[in-house]
Amino acid sequence: MEIDPFIFRLSIFILSIFIGYYVVWSVTPSLHTPLMSVTNAISSVIIVGAIIAALAGESGNILDTANIFGFLAIILAAINIFGGFLVTQRMLAMYKKKKKDKK
Amino acid sequence: MISANLLAVFYLISGVLFILALRGLSSPETSRQGNLFGMIGMALAISVTMISVGNFSTGFLYLLILMLIGGSLGSFIAFKIPMTAMPELVAGFHSLVGLAAVFVAISAFLNPEVFNLGLPGNIKIASLIEMSLGAAIGAITFTGSVIAFLKLRGLMSGSPITFFGQHYINLVLGLVLVGLIFYLCKTQVDTWFWTIIIISFLLGVLLIIPIGGADMPVVISMLNSYSGWAAAGIGFTLENTALIITGALVGSSGAILSYIMCKGMNRSFFNVILGGWGATDQSSSDKSKEQKPVKSGNADDAAFLMKNASSVIIVPGYGMAVAQAQHALREMVDALKKNGVKVTYAIHPVAGRMPGHMNVLLAEANVPYDEVFELEEINNDFANCDVAYVIGANDVTNPVAKTDPQSPIYGMPILDVEKSKSVLFVKRSLSPGYAGIDNDLFYRDNTLMLFADAKKMTEDIIKSLN
Repeated sequence: MEIDPFIFRLSIFILSIFIGYYVVWSVTPSLHTPLMSVTNAISSVIIVGAIIAALAGESGNILDTANIFGFLAIILAAINIFGGFLVTQRMLAMYKKKKKDKK
Repeated sequence: MISANLLAVFYLISGVLFILALRGLSSPETSRQGNLFGMIGMALAISVTMISVGNFSTGFLYLLILMLIGGSLGSFIAFKIPMTAMPELVAGFHSLVGLAAVFVAISAFLNPEVFNLGLPGNIKIASLIEMSLGAAIGAITFTGSVIAFLKLRGLMSGSPITFFGQHYINLVLGLVLVGLIFYLCKTQVDTWFWTIIIISFLLGVLLIIPIGGADMPVVISMLNSYSGWAAAGIGFTLENTALIITGALVGSSGAILSYIMCKGMNRSFFNVILGGWGATDQSSSDKSKEQKPVKSGNADDAAFLMKNASSVIIVPGYGMAVAQAQHALREMVDALKKNGVKVTYAIHPVAGRMPGHMNVLLAEANVPYDEVFELEEINNDFANCDVAYVIGANDVTNPVAKTDPQSPIYGMPILDVEKSKSVLFVKRSLSPGYAGIDNDLFYRDNTLMLFADAKKMTEDIIKSLN
């Protein structure tokens, strides 16, 4: 009997939850704000769905309703990707260690 | 074109890069590299998707233009936003992820052939369940985050909005949602799909309005988690590994942060979700209305005390963020260090309006992160410290949490500020904090109240120190 591909995806999902659990517990509390902004940025990978939705229509007319929703999602996700990663980078650049010469 | 298997491998690589991005955050040194991994993962996922679709016609041009617009807008926000506004920025970004998830779900529902989900009116049942869940969670995330944004931005009152039967309405709406998803699968009628989305929008609003300002750290973490589950739901619909992995990572990340925040307040998750403290506990503050003696001082007194101390612990809170006092605070600490005073910072898990809020503000003011300590690391040091400088924090220092079982904050872990030899408490007035309870600390013999704006007072102390 063949296994439904859904089960494979479910396995990936469950294992990823566990990976997330252990990885996030090891994040130092002082970086919890960058953690939120970076998780926000990576969850915008939903843009891949938006790209498919926007471009893959075979209807001939690129601007039918389904495609327009795809394009709208692309703008939203793009704001998030650039905004999320860059603001994270800006924050992380501020975390500095004590300079040795200063007491 | 690119084969489906190869595409799946690339998505897997993106997923792994995202895991490494989070892994990097275990220490500030590795975090910047981690963020780079995240960007590479995202660039990879986007490029292979474009190649796999293989449609480089007019639509592709639109796509590039829209990404450029969105990208510039996002970059502009990222560079312009002041660090004190991070909580509302993150809330705003969550709303965008939520709405994007709703849009992708709508698109998949209208044009299922594109995603191999069947035909309109005859979509695979499993896909229908996945996309309605993705759309529903996305819609809740969207409106919930918008409300959180408005509250954090001060465009809407931060106090809890409650009305009779609120939780029953939410419960009923939740059950209706389940019923609608069931009917949608049975009938494939699109009206049910739109109704699911509308009810979810409504539910998002209703879930967040009863939660008050100081509980925002929990709310933001929770919405962070929701945005992850929404992405995972869409990932199942689109059979996309990168989305499933990312959704699971973000979902569990947000859940863990919510847990840490709840633990920081010694409250259960449901207790926070079901409504604010401020609304429920007026009685305990009424009791202590009678005048008690308070010692108050000025900047010179504070400067004298700290200058002659050998160790000072700074306890920052939301008030510091409101007054934008972090830079002045750093200057004050520099002046103290010149006088040979040892200075450290103590941060309570729920200080501020989002997890790690105070740490970012201190980092912005160039405070080295190895001088900043979490509650468990530093709490024993208060007993050996000469002066504790409390700036903008209140409830998290209230000793009542340890002594009075009647108090609503009883059992909440607090910073043992009262154990230090003297306490300087910068506050505008004696008014109680968010929890609506009087802070016992104000009336202690070793406490000197500094009634002023946090920034103004700190600047005056610097003048007096020099």
